[in-house]
Amino acid sequence: MKRHISTTIDGEALEFLSEDGQTLLDALRDVLLKTGTKEGCGTGDCGACSVMLDGRLVCSCLVLAAEVEGASVETVEGLAEAGELHPLQKRFLEGAALQCGVCTPGFLVAAKALLEINPDPSEKEVRYWLAGNLCRCTGYDKIIRSVLDAAADMRGETE
Amino acid sequence: MSDEKKFRWVGTRPIRPDGVDKVTGRAQYGADFALPDMLWGRVLRSPHAHARILSIETGAAAALEGVHAVMTGQDLPDLFAEKAAAAGGHDDSNNLAHNVMARDKALYHGHAVAAVAATSREIAERALELIDVEYEVLPHVLDIHAALAPGAPLVHPDRVAQGIENSGPSNIAKRLQIGHGDPEEGFAEADEIIEREFSTRPVHQGYIEPHACLAQTTQDGRVTLWSSSQGHFMVRDYTAKLLDIDLSLVRVIPAEIGGGFGGKTTVYLEPIAVSLSRKSGRSVKMVMSREEVFRASGPTLGTRIKIKVGVTREGVLTAGEATLHYEGGAFGGSSVGAGCMTIFAPYAFPHVRSTGYDIMVNKPKGAAYRAPGAPMAAFALETVMDELAQRLEIDPVDFRLRNAAKEGTLASFGPRYRRIGCVETLEAVRDHPHYSAPLGPNQGRGVALGFWFNAGLQSSAGVNLNPDGTVTVLSGNPDIGGSRASLAIMTAEELGIEYEHVDVMVADTHAVGYTDVTGGSRVTFATGMAIIEAVRDVMGQLCQRAAAVWEVDAERVSWHEGEARLDGGFEPAPLGLAELAKNAGKTGGPISARAALTARGVGMGFGAHICDVEVDPETGRIDVIRYTAVQDAGRAIHPSYVEGQMQGGAVQGIGWALNEEYVFDDEGRVQNPGFLDYRIPVASDVPMIDTVIVEVPNPAHPYGVRGVGEVPIVPPIPAVVNAVHAATGIRFCDLPLSPARVLARLDEARSPGSA
Ligand code: FES
Ligand code: FES
Repeated sequence: MKRHISTTIDGEALEFLSEDGQTLLDALRDVLLKTGTKEGCGTGDCGACSVMLDGRLVCSCLVLAAEVEGASVETVEGLAEAGELHPLQKRFLEGAALQCGVCTPGFLVAAKALLEINPDPSEKEVRYWLAGNLCRCTGYDKIIRSVLDAAADMRGETE
Repeated sequence: MSDEKKFRWVGTRPIRPDGVDKVTGRAQYGADFALPDMLWGRVLRSPHAHARILSIETGAAAALEGVHAVMTGQDLPDLFAEKAAAAGGHDDSNNLAHNVMARDKALYHGHAVAAVAATSREIAERALELIDVEYEVLPHVLDIHAALAPGAPLVHPDRVAQGIENSGPSNIAKRLQIGHGDPEEGFAEADEIIEREFSTRPVHQGYIEPHACLAQTTQDGRVTLWSSSQGHFMVRDYTAKLLDIDLSLVRVIPAEIGGGFGGKTTVYLEPIAVSLSRKSGRSVKMVMSREEVFRASGPTLGTRIKIKVGVTREGVLTAGEATLHYEGGAFGGSSVGAGCMTIFAPYAFPHVRSTGYDIMVNKPKGAAYRAPGAPMAAFALETVMDELAQRLEIDPVDFRLRNAAKEGTLASFGPRYRRIGCVETLEAVRDHPHYSAPLGPNQGRGVALGFWFNAGLQSSAGVNLNPDGTVTVLSGNPDIGGSRASLAIMTAEELGIEYEHVDVMVADTHAVGYTDVTGGSRVTFATGMAIIEAVRDVMGQLCQRAAAVWEVDAERVSWHEGEARLDGGFEPAPLGLAELAKNAGKTGGPISARAALTARGVGMGFGAHICDVEVDPETGRIDVIRYTAVQDAGRAIHPSYVEGQMQGGAVQGIGWALNEEYVFDDEGRVQNPGFLDYRIPVASDVPMIDTVIVEVPNPAHPYGVRGVGEVPIVPPIPAVVNAVHAATGIRFCDLPLSPARVLARLDEARSPGSA
C-alpha cells in the first residue's frame, strides 16, 4: 500500500507517495531524487545518512518515511544559502576534510547539530559527538580540525 | 638548497575543483544515478561456504508481478574454461567470470548464484526468496592450516600449483621464491638470530560507499554504464571481456567514488547489471548492501609469515629469510608476491630469500588493499627489527638507520635502488620531538618503517584551451582523494596561470584515452606526467602562434609565467595566454593537446611512524594516544591531500592492528558482515595524526612526485605492536590486539607461574 506524505524538506513543502516500510533515506534518494544524503550501511552504523528531523539528529535509514508526515527534515542539500556556503562547508573545503567525500554530507549535518547545542566544543566533545559517523579516508584529523575551526568562525572569533 | 625552484602553485593548498559539489550533496556517486525506465537488480548469494549447485529453479521468481528478468550463471558465457584447463586451472579471466556468478559450485558464503531485476527493490528482494537452489553442501577449508592439511577438501579439485614441479591438485595456487646471495652463509656470520612466526586475519578495505552501478543497453548491442570504481576503463574492459562485447560498444561513465583502497579495482555487479538489462530491455541499477560488501567484495585475507633475521653484534644485518603463506580466497590470487618482494625491502641485506605460497580457501575472492601484501610483511619484519634492536641495546631508529636502503643498495626484490628517501625519513623520525617525549605509566612507544613500490602504468590526458584563456583538463582517473586538485596545480604551474582558471574533469571511456586504474599511488605521478606533456604541447602551440603574429621563427619564442616572450632581437610586448586564446581561431584554430604514455621512473616510497599507546591493565584495551607519520612524498603537490593520505592510512592500519577481523563460524559463514560488529576506527578512537612530509624528489618526474597513497598503511601495524611491547613487555605476533586477547596475555604474564 502507498501512503501519501506531506512534509517539509530543507524548507520546502513537499508531498510524495511512500511504500509501506520505506525508510526516509530511500524516500529521499529514490522517490524525491535527493541523493545528497548517502547510504553507507542502511543499519544505523555509519552516519552517512544523517539528517535533522524536527531539530533532532537522526539516521534517515532508521526512520520510516511515514514518520515525516507533518515534520520538517533538513539535509545536507539545505545547508548552504543561495550564494553562500555554511561555515562548516567552507572549513571542510579549506581544511581538506574530505578525500572521497561520501561521508561528508553526514559529517556536515551531524557537526551542525553539535554546534547548535554546543557552540564551543572541545576536541574530545567533537570526537565523541561524531563517533557515529564513519570516515575511512581521512583518519578524522582534518574533519575534527575543520569542525573546531568552523565553530570558532560561528562564534565570531576569527577575522 | 640553492637550486630549489620556486613554485607558485606546487606546494600550496587551494580548494579542490570538485569540493563544492562534495560538500553540498551535488556530487553523484555510484548509487546516485537514475533513469526513467530503471529496474532494480538484486543478487542471490550462497548461504554455504562450499556447495555444488545441483539445480536452480527460477520459475516462481520470474512469474512474480514486477519481475522483468532472472538470471543464473548459465546465462553468462563460459569463455575461458578451455584456456584455464590448459593452464592447470589458472586463468584470471576465468576466475573473474566465476566470481561474478557461480556456475557449478558456490565457493564461499556470499558467492553470487542468481540475480533478478524488478520494478522495485522490494519486489526484487521478494523474487530472490522465490528462487529455489538445490545445493549439495561440500566440506570446506577456511584457513591456511586446514587448506594444507593432508586430505584437505579441495576448493578447486582440478588445479595444480603454479611454481611447483609435478605437483598434484592441492589448495596451493602458486609458489614463488625471490632473493639474492646465500642466507645460510649470512646466518653463519650473524651474532644474533631471531626467528618468529606471525599471523594476520582477514580484513576489509571498509570503503563507506558500497559498490553500485547503473546499466543501460540497446538493441544494437551498445552498453552504457554509470559506475563507481577505481577505473572506468577497467570496468569497461572486464565487463566487455566477460560478456564478449566490442570495447567500442561499451561506454563507462565514471561516478564519483566513495572510497576504494584497492577494493574497487575489479567488477562484481557490472556484468550482471548488463546481462539483466539485456534480458529485460530496461536499464538496471544495482547497489550492494553493506552485508554484501563484506560477504562478497574484496577483503584481504589471512596470512602466516615465518621470518628469520640475522645481525652482527655491531647491528649490521647479515641475512633474512621468510616463508609467507597468504590466503587468496576462493580463487587464489593473493598479494603474496608483493609480500615476498617488500618484506626485506627497506634494508640492505647481503643475503635474502623469501618463499611465498598463495593459498585457496572458501572465503571471498581477495582483492587489492592499499599496498597489497606489504602491511603483513612489515608486521613480521619490523617486529623482529624491534626485538633485535632491543637485544643489541641499540636505539631502534639508529639500528634501522645503520641498515637502511639507499641509492645503489641491491633491493631484496631485484634491482638497485635509484634515489630514495629511506634514510631521510628515518632521520626525520629520530629528530622529531615526539620521538623523545616523556611517557607515563602503562604507556609505550613504537616505531616502524614501511616501503611501497608505487606504480607507473598507462595514462592519457587531454588539455583544451578555452577562448577566454581558461583551461579544461581531461583525466581518465576517478578522483578518490583530491587528485583533481593536484592535476590542476601542476597545469597552472606549467602554464603560469591562475589555479582557478583550470578545471579538471574525469572524462568517460569515450572521451579520453585509455587510462589504468586509480591505484598504486599513481595518479599524481603518472597521469600528472601525461597532463604535463599535453600542457607542454599546448605551450609549444602558443609559442608558434605568437611567432606567427610576430613573424619570427618559433624557436625564438618561449613561454614564461603565462605569456609568450621573444628571446632577443626586437622586443614586442609579450603575448598573454588570454590574448592568444581569444585569437586562436585566426592564428590556426583551437589550441588543444593530448598525451598518452606508460609512465617510467616510478619513485619508490618510504614512511616511518611513531606510535604511543596506553594499555589498560584491567581491561586490555589499547588507546593510541599520540601518533606521528613521516613519509617521503618526493614532492607534495597539494600538501593537505598528502597529509590526508598519511593520516587516513595510519588510522586504517591502527584499525587493522587493534580491532578489525572477519569472524567466520564453523560452517564458514561470515558472522560480522556489518559496521556494528566489524568495527573500523571512529573519531573517538584515535588522536590527531601528526605528519611530516619529507621531500626527496623523484628525478624522473617533472616536479619530483613519488606517489603517497599506499605507503602510510605499511608501518602502522608494527608501530602499534612495538608500542604495546614497550608498554607491557609482551610481543604480539597475532592480530588483532583486541582487548580480550591482550587481557589474556597480560593475565598470563601476571600469573604466578610465569617467568
Ligand atoms: S546508512 Fe544510515 S547509518 Fe549508515
Ligand atoms: S572522505 Fe572518504 S569516507 Fe570520509
